[in-house]
Amino acid sequence: MSGVRVLVGTRKGAFILTSDGKRKQWNVTGPHFGGWEIYHLKGSPVDPNRLYASQSSGWFGQLIQRSNDGGETWQPMGNTFSYAGVPGTHQWYDGTPHPWEFKRVWHLEPSLTDPETVYAGVEDAAIFRSTDGGTNWEELPGLREHGSGPHWQPGAGGMCLHTILIDPSDHQRMFIAISAAGAFRTDDGCRSWKPINRGLRSETMPDPAAEVGHCVHRIAMHPSRPGVLFMQKHWDVMRSDDAGDSWQEVSGNLPTDFGFVIDVHAHEPETIYVVPIKSDSEHYPPDGRLRVYRSKTGGNEWEPLTNGLPQRDCYVNVLRDAMAVDSLDSCGVYFGTTGGQVYGSNDAGESWAPIVRDLPAVLSVEVQTLP
Amino acid sequence: MRIRVVLPPHLRKLAQVGAELELEVDAPITQRSILDALEARYPMLRGTIREHGTQKRRPFLRFFACNQDFSLEPPDTPLPTAVASAEEPFLIVGAIAGG
Repeated sequence: MSGVRVLVGTRKGAFILTSDGKRKQWNVTGPHFGGWEIYHLKGSPVDPNRLYASQSSGWFGQLIQRSNDGGETWQPMGNTFSYAGVPGTHQWYDGTPHPWEFKRVWHLEPSLTDPETVYAGVEDAAIFRSTDGGTNWEELPGLREHGSGPHWQPGAGGMCLHTILIDPSDHQRMFIAISAAGAFRTDDGCRSWKPINRGLRSETMPDPAAEVGHCVHRIAMHPSRPGVLFMQKHWDVMRSDDAGDSWQEVSGNLPTDFGFVIDVHAHEPETIYVVPIKSDSEHYPPDGRLRVYRSKTGGNEWEPLTNGLPQRDCYVNVLRDAMAVDSLDSCGVYFGTTGGQVYGSNDAGESWAPIVRDLPAVLSVEVQTLP
Repeated sequence: MRIRVVLPPHLRKLAQVGAELELEVDAPITQRSILDALEARYPMLRGTIREHGTQKRRPFLRFFACNQDFSLEPPDTPLPTAVASAEEPFLIVGAIAGG
């Protein structure tokens, strides 16, 4: 019987949650790397037992861990992330030039075809690649050296490259997003990049048509339709039907214009999920009610999903990498909170139940559907 | 010569060593020679004590021996003979901070 493996990164370690296809009974292992921040861990789509994890600490810096047995054992891999050439400066919060400095790996994206190849999105924003299973890392500098780099500015969480999407139909095409530079696309395997931010609206930006400077929080796509992208940004939920060349707002009747996560149903490319969050400074669910919103129309028309979620006195956040879906039938949806809960739905969001309640603050959630 | 090194708990777990380890280090015994030998023996520690490239001590770590703080000393300064003779360990200490 098929099953799922949920990979959870937290402020104090990684946890692995496994279940059979019913997704009612769960086995929890961890903490792996207890006491370390695990910004992200993700499995290879080619070899589900090959996992990569980003392990970091303010004391000891960045490590990369790799597992070849689905997370039972781990090996530390290479952790040298050196920018190519002289990295120059980007803008600091106050607009002054600030040198590019590596801080941590936010996101790991394994190749769709080769378990030895994995991409890393880092802070300060850049994309790295390893082709030897995480032993050596090389920056792909075409992104950082895009002419707009000196104008990029950090978001509140730092200048992080947090989203990497690989087009399943054309592996030369990838999409990335940076807070707060915006979204970019490569059509030539990371050699060159194009900002894809036309149509985004960001309050207080002096030039509303600026090429970069938008605080994109997350992008999602359905693998069957890689030209259609969905975006949760600091302001608004957006949609593109032309691979990011233009964006339209699809926030519709959502209760706030802010949130971090966004994801797409595994079998219904027009069904998308977000978790509205109150901003600009509170960053918790409006009215203390934790609600996932689902649109079955690709945006604009949204319905709250509340069955099993706390509807009073709930003031957690759901961070940008902390939602994922499985590909079972019916689609499972999962998200983690800064309060340490990981909620799962085995019926596409109709009902929810906590898989775990008391983990450290959850930074990321990924799901593997196992044969 | 064989010297003694104490790592902070997180790095002990990473290197899979106990509270104190012994290390063969070529003279002269300095911060640099100890850390070079340590990283050669335990490659997973590279980058966790000194930054890659610059080899600068990570800011939340300090180096002690014989009740003295050597953190701000140049890395090639000879350490006390008590460290070289393994009477005293070389201590790598993480800053105590909340969170």
